[in-house]
Amino acid sequence: MKALRNYLNKIKPNFEEGGKLSMFRSVFDGFETFLFVPNTTSKSGVHIHDSIDSKRVMTLVIIALIPALLFGMYNTGYQHNLAIGADPGFWMTFLFGFLAVLPKIIISYGVGLGIEFVVAQWKKEEIQEGFLVSGMLIPMIVPIDTPLWMIAVATAFAVVFAKEVFGGTGYNIFNVALVTRAFLFFAYPAAMSGDQVFVRTADTFGIGGGQVVDAFSGATPLGQIGIAGKELIGSFQAVDVLGNPLTTLEMFIGLIPGSIAETSVPAILIGAVILIFTGVASWKTMSSCFIGGAVMAALFNLAGTTVVMTISPIDHLFLGGFAFGAVFMATDPVTSARTETGKYIYGFLVGAMAILIRALNPGYPEGMMLAILLMNVFAPLIDYYVVESNISRRLKRAVK
Amino acid sequence: MGLLSSKNKEILVGPLSKNNPVIVQMLGICSALAVTSKLEPSIVMGLSVTAVVAFANVIISLLRHTIPNRIRIIVQLVVCAALVTIISEVLKAFAYDVNKQLSVFVGLIITNCILMGRLEAFALGNGPWESFLDGIGNGLGYGIILVIVGFFRELLGSGTLLGIQVVPQVFYDFGYVNNGLMILPPMALIVVAVIIWVHRSRNKDLQEN
Repeated sequence: MKALRNYLNKIKPNFEEGGKLSMFRSVFDGFETFLFVPNTTSKSGVHIHDSIDSKRVMTLVIIALIPALLFGMYNTGYQHNLAIGADPGFWMTFLFGFLAVLPKIIISYGVGLGIEFVVAQWKKEEIQEGFLVSGMLIPMIVPIDTPLWMIAVATAFAVVFAKEVFGGTGYNIFNVALVTRAFLFFAYPAAMSGDQVFVRTADTFGIGGGQVVDAFSGATPLGQIGIAGKELIGSFQAVDVLGNPLTTLEMFIGLIPGSIAETSVPAILIGAVILIFTGVASWKTMSSCFIGGAVMAALFNLAGTTVVMTISPIDHLFLGGFAFGAVFMATDPVTSARTETGKYIYGFLVGAMAILIRALNPGYPEGMMLAILLMNVFAPLIDYYVVESNISRRLKRAVK
Repeated sequence: MGLLSSKNKEILVGPLSKNNPVIVQMLGICSALAVTSKLEPSIVMGLSVTAVVAFANVIISLLRHTIPNRIRIIVQLVVCAALVTIISEVLKAFAYDVNKQLSVFVGLIITNCILMGRLEAFALGNGPWESFLDGIGNGLGYGIILVIVGFFRELLGSGTLLGIQVVPQVFYDFGYVNNGLMILPPMALIVVAVIIWVHRSRNKDLQEN
């Protein structure tokens, strides 16, 4: 640690104004403050300083994402093995998934951080750390077979148009990772939905080649519901990639096809515990989001005229990106509601909207992305009315 | 006063950039979004609006001393409606396919804010020749933006220009896919926004604080 600090101090003058590497000033500054909490203090007044600045908060979120990411890598390999009918053992399965996911992470960080560094250098500002989390989220919420260049284009679009034009980190109206996914979803629908993209059947860097077995179908459970779901009531059973029926427990564990890290509820819940325990994300948003989804699904159960309406609330919460969205996306401190009461309302509406879109929209099998983006727009409005009602309540008390 | 004195030149050229009706005055955005998913309808729409604005300007300018102030909007509407109907019939006769693509938006030229704005703001107070130049300038200023937006949306969204394939097949073989979002209306807004962004950063005096 000491040696690293000394080394940084030694090379620092090169990056200051007039130094020979001053064009990389913002990059150096970004790495320095990432590695060490900056020791700058305020010059006037009395302040209490906490060493948890936003770079440390972002790092905590990354740690919370790791269980879901690792499970997603394993699941990628697992689904692939099911598809080709092979069983190369745990580590080879994981290696396959690791190699399949890694290029996406590199591309996402490379493009996003590249734009951030250029903008920071150009505006002579410090590097904003917001992309640390977005860059990790982006590869986790896309199907495994999304081409890398599409991820690059969508990431660039989202960083420029969802973030930088609004003023950079902390000013964005929409969740940057979800804008990336929405861009991919609407621009390249064939690469983002259907039954061809969620399970990789080809090899990865020469590993895991093989013939696809006859019984294979790559549709996600939500995709199957989407196809069968709008019909009038009939018997429906979600199946895995080989056509075996799925139990609720299997949906919970998450060895099912889906976007890379969204399938496993236990892994996401570990992340949720980390986020809540460290105080990074609000348990109010999370819990009310699950409650909203469950209530909406239960209401549809009562109506129950089509297949998708008869899916039980529990299954709805386990399938697709619901849990991932509720834990990691809806709780984004920048784009969600900030007042304490507002968090309940915001989370509840996100959950309810997600199920509403799943059940009633004929085009999209999944509604979590659109629900969160929609509620991002309304978060300031919710906050406004919470504050207003608080003011008027206290006014009444004061006047009396 | 020559036909193209410096003042008249300013009337003609101003709306192309510094006083552009779409990206500076923010008028006519609606139709700029609706018809620009392909280049061809964008060009036709730009020309139609130019023709309507120019001739409506001339007619209103000629009538400006005889129109009673209280019913001037109705008179303007009658003139516009007549011109739009003529344009619409011409398109139906000679460019039926484009007319079908433009559908209701040809008829809706009459509600284009650029049209009424120029009649109210310019033609009622200036002579026919200046009004004509003003109409041509504003129509072309509108048309230029439409053509730029239509160019990028058709190129990136369909890989074609004026219906001719320009993105080579080799690209598709290597996995290139047309961007479906470019065909959808939101991208038109974003392309217009990017044009405004570029335009503002080249013209510092237009930047608002």
